[in-house]
Amino acid sequence: TLCSHMRTLRVDSRTIYVGHRPCHDPEAFIPPKFCDNRIVSSKYTVWNFLPKNLFEQFRRIANFYFLIIFLVQVIVDTPTSPVTSGLPLFFVITVTAIKQGYEDWLRHKADNEVNKYLVTVLEDGQRMRKESEKIKVGDVVEVVEDETFPCDLVLLRSSREDETCFVTTASLDGESNHKTHYTVPDMEQDLLSLNATIECEQPQPDLYKFVGRMHMYRNNQESLGPENLLLKGATLKNTEKIYGVAVYSGMETKMALNYQGKSQKRSAVEKSINAFLLVYLCILVSKALVCTTLKYVWQSQPVFFSVPTEIGLKYNLMYLKMFTDFLSFMVLFNFIIPVSMYVTVEMQKFLGSFFISWDKDFFDPEIQEGALVNTSDLNEELGQVEYVFTDKTGTLTQNNMEFIECCIDGRQFVFHCCIPSLVLLVSVNPSPCGDNEKEELFLRALCLCHTVQVKEPAGREDGLGGAPGDQVDGVLGQDGAKCHPAELRGFIASSPDEVALVIGAMKYGFTFLGMESNSMKVMNRNNEVETYQLLHVLNFDPVRRRMSVIVRSKSGDTMLFCKGADSSIFPRVRQHEVERIRMHVERNATEGYRTLCVAYKLLKPEEYALVDTELREARLSLQDREDKLLKVYNQVEDNMSLIGATAVEDRLQEEAAETMEALQGAGMRVWVLTGDKMETAKSTCYACRLFQRGTELLELTVRTLEDGGRNREDRLHELLLDYHKRAVQDAPPVKAGVTRSGQSPGDYGFIIDGATLSLVLNSSTDSDCYKTLFLKICQNCTSVLCCRMAPLQKAQIVKLVKCSKGSPITLSIGDGANDVSMILEAHVGIGIKGKEGRQAVRNSDYAIPKLKHLKKLLLAHGHLYYVRIAHLVQYFFYKNLCFILPQFLYQFFCGYSQQPLYDAAYLTMYNICFTSMPILAYSLVEQHICMEALLENAALYRDVAKNAMLRWGPFSYWTLLGVYQGLLFFFGVRFLFGNPALQDNGQVFGNWSYGTIVFTVLVFTVTLKLALDTRYWTWVNHFVIWGSLAFYTFFSFFWGGIIWPFLRQQRLYFVFANMLSSVAAWLVIILLIILSLLPEILLQVLRKPRGTHSRQVLHTHTHTHTDRYYPHKHTHTHRHTHTHTHTHRQVLPPQTHRHTDTHTDRYYPHTHTHTHTHRQVPHTDRYYPHTHTQTGTTHRQVLPPHTHTDRYHTHTHTHTHTHTDGHRQVIILANKSLVKRTSL
Amino acid sequence: MMASSYNAKEEDGHVAVPVGGTIKNKKPDNTAFKQQRLPAWQPILTAGTVLPAFFVIGLIFIPIGIGLYVTSNNIREFEIDYTGTDIDDPCFNCSQSFSWNNTRPCTCALDFSLDHPFESNVFMYYGLSNFYQNHRRYVKSRDDSQLNGDINSLKNPSKECEPYARNEKAPIAPCGAIANSMFNDTLDLYYVHPNGTRIQIPLSKKDIAWWTDKHVKFRNPGNNPNLTAAFQGTSKPINWRRPVYELDTDEENNGFINEDFIVWMRTAALPTFRKLYRIIQKKNNMTPTLPRGNYTLEVSYNYPVRSFEGRKRVILSTISWMGGKNPFLGIAYITVGSVCFFLGVVLLIIHHKYGSRNNSADIPN
Repeated sequence: TLCSHMRTLRVDSRTIYVGHRPCHDPEAFIPPKFCDNRIVSSKYTVWNFLPKNLFEQFRRIANFYFLIIFLVQVIVDTPTSPVTSGLPLFFVITVTAIKQGYEDWLRHKADNEVNKYLVTVLEDGQRMRKESEKIKVGDVVEVVEDETFPCDLVLLRSSREDETCFVTTASLDGESNHKTHYTVPDMEQDLLSLNATIECEQPQPDLYKFVGRMHMYRNNQESLGPENLLLKGATLKNTEKIYGVAVYSGMETKMALNYQGKSQKRSAVEKSINAFLLVYLCILVSKALVCTTLKYVWQSQPVFFSVPTEIGLKYNLMYLKMFTDFLSFMVLFNFIIPVSMYVTVEMQKFLGSFFISWDKDFFDPEIQEGALVNTSDLNEELGQVEYVFTDKTGTLTQNNMEFIECCIDGRQFVFHCCIPSLVLLVSVNPSPCGDNEKEELFLRALCLCHTVQVKEPAGREDGLGGAPGDQVDGVLGQDGAKCHPAELRGFIASSPDEVALVIGAMKYGFTFLGMESNSMKVMNRNNEVETYQLLHVLNFDPVRRRMSVIVRSKSGDTMLFCKGADSSIFPRVRQHEVERIRMHVERNATEGYRTLCVAYKLLKPEEYALVDTELREARLSLQDREDKLLKVYNQVEDNMSLIGATAVEDRLQEEAAETMEALQGAGMRVWVLTGDKMETAKSTCYACRLFQRGTELLELTVRTLEDGGRNREDRLHELLLDYHKRAVQDAPPVKAGVTRSGQSPGDYGFIIDGATLSLVLNSSTDSDCYKTLFLKICQNCTSVLCCRMAPLQKAQIVKLVKCSKGSPITLSIGDGANDVSMILEAHVGIGIKGKEGRQAVRNSDYAIPKLKHLKKLLLAHGHLYYVRIAHLVQYFFYKNLCFILPQFLYQFFCGYSQQPLYDAAYLTMYNICFTSMPILAYSLVEQHICMEALLENAALYRDVAKNAMLRWGPFSYWTLLGVYQGLLFFFGVRFLFGNPALQDNGQVFGNWSYGTIVFTVLVFTVTLKLALDTRYWTWVNHFVIWGSLAFYTFFSFFWGGIIWPFLRQQRLYFVFANMLSSVAAWLVIILLIILSLLPEILLQVLRKPRGTHSRQVLHTHTHTHTDRYYPHKHTHTHRHTHTHTHTHRQVLPPQTHRHTDTHTDRYYPHTHTHTHTHRQVPHTDRYYPHTHTQTGTTHRQVLPPHTHTDRYHTHTHTHTHTHTDGHRQVIILANKSLVKRTSL
Repeated sequence: MMASSYNAKEEDGHVAVPVGGTIKNKKPDNTAFKQQRLPAWQPILTAGTVLPAFFVIGLIFIPIGIGLYVTSNNIREFEIDYTGTDIDDPCFNCSQSFSWNNTRPCTCALDFSLDHPFESNVFMYYGLSNFYQNHRRYVKSRDDSQLNGDINSLKNPSKECEPYARNEKAPIAPCGAIANSMFNDTLDLYYVHPNGTRIQIPLSKKDIAWWTDKHVKFRNPGNNPNLTAAFQGTSKPINWRRPVYELDTDEENNGFINEDFIVWMRTAALPTFRKLYRIIQKKNNMTPTLPRGNYTLEVSYNYPVRSFEGRKRVILSTISWMGGKNPFLGIAYITVGSVCFFLGVVLLIIHHKYGSRNNSADIPN
């Protein structure tokens, strides 16, 4: 009864009976019910697939609309048969259903694989093989090495002696390091006789949290934490086998909970589509209303319009009749709403996203991975980004830490790697030697205060404990010569800082050898092994920004070592020590290093006893454990003494500066959001050229707030107003679309820190006023740096910008768990497959291996996707408008009788077959400006900024075009039909011929219009464009060539063939097509902004060559491939150039060997004598004069760059001075 | 292992992309398609490329237009309205009847003269105005299977034919409103010889309908040469005077394959239309088909149009390679050609004036 009592008491926790054995009172044992261990990721079963899937599909507004149209057609006497809308709808529904069914089948398969997997369960003392899905909560499960855990288990026993086991969670969060998990302390050896209950919290998705308590029969209690919990999906490593009791099963495992619904992001393009849809819906309704009204006006005329034609028109139920007439008109014109657009857009997004994952430029040889697309819905959003929020560590920087220097007790030490091992520590400030004790304490602290593991050497299978030893000796021997022994030693840690510190300590002579049953081994300078018992680890968390360990040395001293950010350490140490070190820390931070302070504290035995009990108590508590722990931590980590500080360098990511420059050139505002210190972050910003020399920095930090010595809020108010005045009011008004290239005088950078930000956002008075001021300032600044940010604050900032006026499109990029919130918050979230696990990647919409890939992702892919989809949407509306407009106009000539102009087959097939493929192909492969040019010239991105192609301007242009063409089609044929005797045998054409001529003109015009818009004719375009037209012709012959047995009406029998036999019909078709396209051609010729603009800007990126023929100074920039389409008319003498050049780059020393091959396509264009497109900016280099070969105009420059990292780069380039020269 | 890749988010049938799972740990293929580097033709429409096109279009269209216009003008066309709305009109008396089923035929004769001889074959059309043959309910009121000779449809006309599907239980053949309202005036043409004698001009009723209609689409039921038997059990359309098998005495032009009937069944596109009625074949090269002079049109006036204010007319026309007289095409071609030519000139000027400036603007940077 106790057990059940307990269960009812605490609803927010669950009780598990280990091995299903009742705890105290066998009589009253009621086995609690939990869900079984079946993983169900599938949505449907065989039985509910049809209704459920249909229901879900008809929830979509477009499908529902067409269902309604279909029903109206079935019920009311409408002009078109239900087939015309039923068939496309059926097609769409079926295709979607098949796709979803297939996906669900895959899920079923995967589920089955997991669910039918055989596992070993201990049942009544016997080992049973069971299917994984039959595991019940409370079962004791055996897992052997390299097996994954079938459900969430609490580790009861391990085959390892130290009662630990190792797991990797690569499939959960991507972290491939081995994590140590511990068995429940004081566990009985015999699991069969174990009588215990586990009480733990209800399932929750946080992978890193678990709170529980285990009651054993002996009546002792043990607290359980995440270190005891083995998660489903993780794999057992380095451990022969373990036993664990299932606590969460099936859909309640943390893994399953984690995979449930992220909120879906929708792109801005969809909003535009909906707006346009509304317009077209209005057009549709008004058309139907006009026709209905006119019909009744016309019919009420005293002259009864045509006796032989009117059939049994009854005037009772007039209103009902009017209503059905209205519905009929709606049905007749319903094609104006492009149902197939939804399908095409979906297909375009789905297929288009493959190009991102296929792009080999996104492939990173280091991690052997390319880009990853998690959401294809946002492709076009990549071309609309206005604000980029980037994390610093791991995103702008490599997160590849190297220990640079340390400062011990106010003295600075720099490590010199190439001096033989004897001089390990070099004191920069000459000082009395003999402070060795402090030094050693500092190094010991570095060796002990961490959570680093020693990676096992390859080939050794047994436990980790025995790993070090001789291996280390060998390494140490070479230590002096080898600067990076880490590769040999191999440390694994969750944060690279820690590894850098441990490696740094190793270089100074203190080597961490590893953990062995709760004791840490450290080899000191005298090659003696010191052993420390690890008593407690006070884990790192981003809020405290520090971590500590409590260890006991051999001599019995209990010490606490703490390391953390200066801001979190300085208040907790004795103040007189701070000043000496603060200077160093700040200097290091300014240089862009990551600094950490190290402090220690000697704990008296009674002090430790108190701490120990408090810690244990806090860990045992089931509720608010975090808070309680935090309280104890804060209490313990106080009054320490500061030993020193470390500086770790975090190198900039490859091409970080160039990427940032390109983004800014593309008109994006880059905000750096980091948890790092201001100084460090600032220097990174300078290095990334986010801030430049001329940038005026507006600082809004705790420091500036405290300057005035007044109330913080007053000062904040004052500063905000001041900055607002400077940055917003006095700044010259920024014209929309004007390039801010180079550093204009009004170039501001803004810096704010976390504390101030919360003051701005949460201040009690005028909070809104501050917020808007802040936002206005920031939006007028070139770059904004937010430092000392908590993860949630990052999201807050993103949200602030996202919801500001004009709702700009935001993008967040980050690599760590602390960036997840902002990645989820922003319109587009980008994860970097960095070193801090896979959390960011998992939550992102797109994942790329490196920051530099962002440039191509946005400038090339994003831009193209946007242009493609925008064109697709506009085109769909346009082509349906000029499709339906003639049908509307026909009503005026057929007595408003809803007579369709086109045959039902044409009505149905128009959007499905005749005109769908060209636009789909266009929207997949079109490059109105080729990728290289887009990358080369970031400013092109501004052309499409702010949804430029889907605003009302372009929309009305397309609509007008549709109306113009629709009118032309109809009236052109109308005039032709003034005399319907169109054949040379005097025979006449009827109404179906009329419709067929209009339809033929329509199909050809609409397809050719797309052909006119196509700037990038690949074989795909040729195939689908000419293929569609051929298909239309073929289909028309076919459809009109057979008496269809299933049709009662053979309206089109030989209509098409007869049409083609009429010269007049041919002539009118040709005339109308040309006349329809004429304004479009004219506009394209006259409005050359896109063409010329891009070209002119491109010209600014030309090289100046210095050599015999063309003097050029080569400030060139390179990437993998440069393509030039270089076209001019001049004839040049043959010339030969050859050059090799070697140059050094401050950041990446490498040798380039250039071989130029220039290919120029002679081209007869007098407007643009030459077009060139060239891409890439990476390193700036000055080349000596070089030689290259060319024969008249077809010459090719091939630069072959051989990099130190092994990949070859081929550059083809051309110069522009060529033109200049000959024109002189 | 439960892979993350199959975990497709399926909201609203939205597509999840299980790309990651397949691409992982694999270098993307370096194919031109996947790298979006397919060889491509990149045309840019500029004044330079369009100019010649405009000139060419202009140069082609204007002659075509002139040709069309001249051709159209050379076509002889004569039109005479015989509705008889005015009291002076010869057919006024006949037109007063609103009824379809006048047993007494009413005839009237119209005299007219041709100022110019019609040299080649002359096509005789009847024209109707304000007759909405393209009214939806009218257009669909037919049964093509019945007309195709399907026995089943003959006995059970399609619902579309309602209310002209059955006449007192007997199925109507041909059913539907179109057939029911078939044009039934008879037109005869006489040449009034200067010496006063009237010579009847032979009118051919062959080849007035589309060949495919006459030979494939329309067929008499069964293979019974005896049409009377074939149409046994059916009723004639209400407005008809004779059943369908008595439309003509010629076996090849009777029943459903009567060409007048077929022509009527091809519904017109617009409420004012003409339909081919007869062809006057040219006899020899020496004499014009219709010489200059006086003619008499004798109308057996059966078709009531007064009720819907319709008009009836007869058109005599010659035909060219482009069909009947229609100045529209010629004018349109001339206009479009001129516009293109004009635009070409304008572009040429622009090109010369601004093009060079454009070039020079490109060069210095």
